Amino acid sequence: MSDPTNEYTDWEEFEDGTLTEEEVELADDRWADAEIEDSARSIDETGDEKRNVVAELMRERAAKAQSRADDDTVDKMIGIVDGEAPVGIDDGIDLAAGAGAGKLQLVTRQTQIKEFVLASVFFLCAIVAVLGVALIFAFVAYKAFPIFTEVGFGNFITGTEWSGTEGKFGIVPFIVGSFVVTLGALAIGAPLAVMTAVFLSELASKKIRSFVRPAVELLAGIPSVVYGFFGVVVIAPIVSRLFGGVGFGPLTAWIILSIMIVPTIATLTEDALDSIPMGIREASFAMGANQWQTIYKVVLPAAKLGIIDAVILGMGRAIGETMAVLMVVGNAPQLFAGITRPISTLTSQIVLDMGYATGTQRTALFGMAAILFIISMSLVLTVRLLSRFGQEMSG
Amino acid sequence: MKKTKDQIINDVALSFFWIAAGLTVAALFAIIIYVVVRGIAVVSPTFVFTWPHGVNAEGGIFPTIIASIYVTALSMLIATPIAVLAAVYLAEYAKQGLAVRIIRFAADSLASVPSIVMGLFGFAFFIETLGLPLSMLSAALALSLLMLPIIMRTTEEAIRGVARYIRWGSYGMGATKWQTVSRVVIPAAMPRIITGLILAMGRAIGETAVVFFTMGQAVNLPVIPTDSGRAMPIHLYLLAVEGINIPAAFGTAFMLMGLIFTFNLLARLISKRYKKVD
Repeated sequence: MSDPTNEYTDWEEFEDGTLTEEEVELADDRWADAEIEDSARSIDETGDEKRNVVAELMRERAAKAQSRADDDTVDKMIGIVDGEAPVGIDDGIDLAAGAGAGKLQLVTRQTQIKEFVLASVFFLCAIVAVLGVALIFAFVAYKAFPIFTEVGFGNFITGTEWSGTEGKFGIVPFIVGSFVVTLGALAIGAPLAVMTAVFLSELASKKIRSFVRPAVELLAGIPSVVYGFFGVVVIAPIVSRLFGGVGFGPLTAWIILSIMIVPTIATLTEDALDSIPMGIREASFAMGANQWQTIYKVVLPAAKLGIIDAVILGMGRAIGETMAVLMVVGNAPQLFAGITRPISTLTSQIVLDMGYATGTQRTALFGMAAILFIISMSLVLTVRLLSRFGQEMSG
Repeated sequence: MKKTKDQIINDVALSFFWIAAGLTVAALFAIIIYVVVRGIAVVSPTFVFTWPHGVNAEGGIFPTIIASIYVTALSMLIATPIAVLAAVYLAEYAKQGLAVRIIRFAADSLASVPSIVMGLFGFAFFIETLGLPLSMLSAALALSLLMLPIIMRTTEEAIRGVARYIRWGSYGMGATKWQTVSRVVIPAAMPRIITGLILAMGRAIGETAVVFFTMGQAVNLPVIPTDSGRAMPIHLYLLAVEGINIPAAFGTAFMLMGLIFTFNLLARLISKRYKKVD
């Protein structure tokens, strides 16, 4: 829509005689636009009368525009004027303004189709993730289904004995093993990671940060099999010497796994800390609080939900970790009985048995995979719900 | 001046944060130094370029390096187009609503699926059901499912990082949405997209559990996608667990970490260079 003040300027210039014939015509058109607009906006009458006034003006305008504007626009305008098209006053004004500015540049049908097809292709690609998850779950559950009919769901998840040769498929030792390993790793790794994140976000100078942050990222890049290898050749002998036993067991797994989850938790916690407005820290300092008081009483509470998210996702990482745990946990299908006694987890037992398992034992492994899938999925869901909860709290 | 009680608490508490950060860095260096010191003694042109032989896997690890690079490249070829276009959809086209919420939840879930579950699925689906052989292709398909959400996330962040006014400029010139996305937004986001891709490659090359049951474990030099082979992480696992040739295990770990750190460094250089231009 044209800006009326410009029109008046043009008009004055016309009176000064500084404009050419063509420019005068153009200015005249714009002047007409402004008039239509003004009329429509200022007339304070009933809708019908308003419409008549605008129609009058537009008919004039349409005739004038006919020479330049494309037929389509003119037809539309006349349509509105004749009451064919159910268009409001504002649309009429838009069209009139469009005609006044010259030919309307509509996108061709071909381009529209192309745009639509491309958007659909992108959507299909995004759907692949949904299909992938659905397929994995459906397929693993389908392969696992016989275990629930042959052994029974109750026997499967409450049985405490696992022996392929005797046909006993109770997975309690592995569930307990997975949780022992995960919770122990969290107990060591989570404080370490959160404190590292606080250090990076609140305490470190730029120089130190530019050294520590890449180190954390590199920790994330080390493959789990290398962590496992390090556990086998370095940590296990140390644990064995200090605490007795063979060196393979929950304690070794805790040490290795806690290092592995530090990058996950630290990175996410740092994001949470960085998103806290600087102002509340400044307010705290202005009140005379020192750095520790600010961190403990202001920064950490403000980032609470983000930190919980980070720890939950770290837990997901730990419970699904396979190779490193497999290599250091000892792999004995027995209940947790001490920090140096070998145990086994859901993930490690799958790898161990998959190579040779057949029949019921194989379906049992798929059953364990399905349970792992459900656990990791519910952790993600928890994080989602938490963040929604957080949004509701703050807004 | 004597310190107050608050000041002492402050100093003690803060020192714990320093210790935590120090421990994290120390853990990294312990692993790196240990693997490098023990590994570099083993690595030689012979180790890199010859085949393993004998019962104790003496000799080199050449086929495993090729297999790892092969399967990583293949999985990136499969995952990248889909993931990048999906990210374009989420960042540029999608309207916030149920569909987008479901897609994001699915992507997060896919990223959290334990790698052994992905491996088991890959074995049961691609090999047993679809009848593909134990091969680079099967492993790459399973790996690409793992890579998909990672690439999607970094790409979406890269696209969202492109300043709005650049888009407005393009639309103001009369460009359509696709023209704006393909010629303005994606080129502007390209350095960060590539950084994300390289990091994803680093992740893929170290992945063990997914390829464990999908690409075979026998040493073989893959040529076509349906060839089987043994990837470096699997070689390392087998050597370490069987305890037969620990020096070779160190050499393999060194090569594996060397490759991954090279990827990391490359990604860092690209993003640094991009920042300078910016």
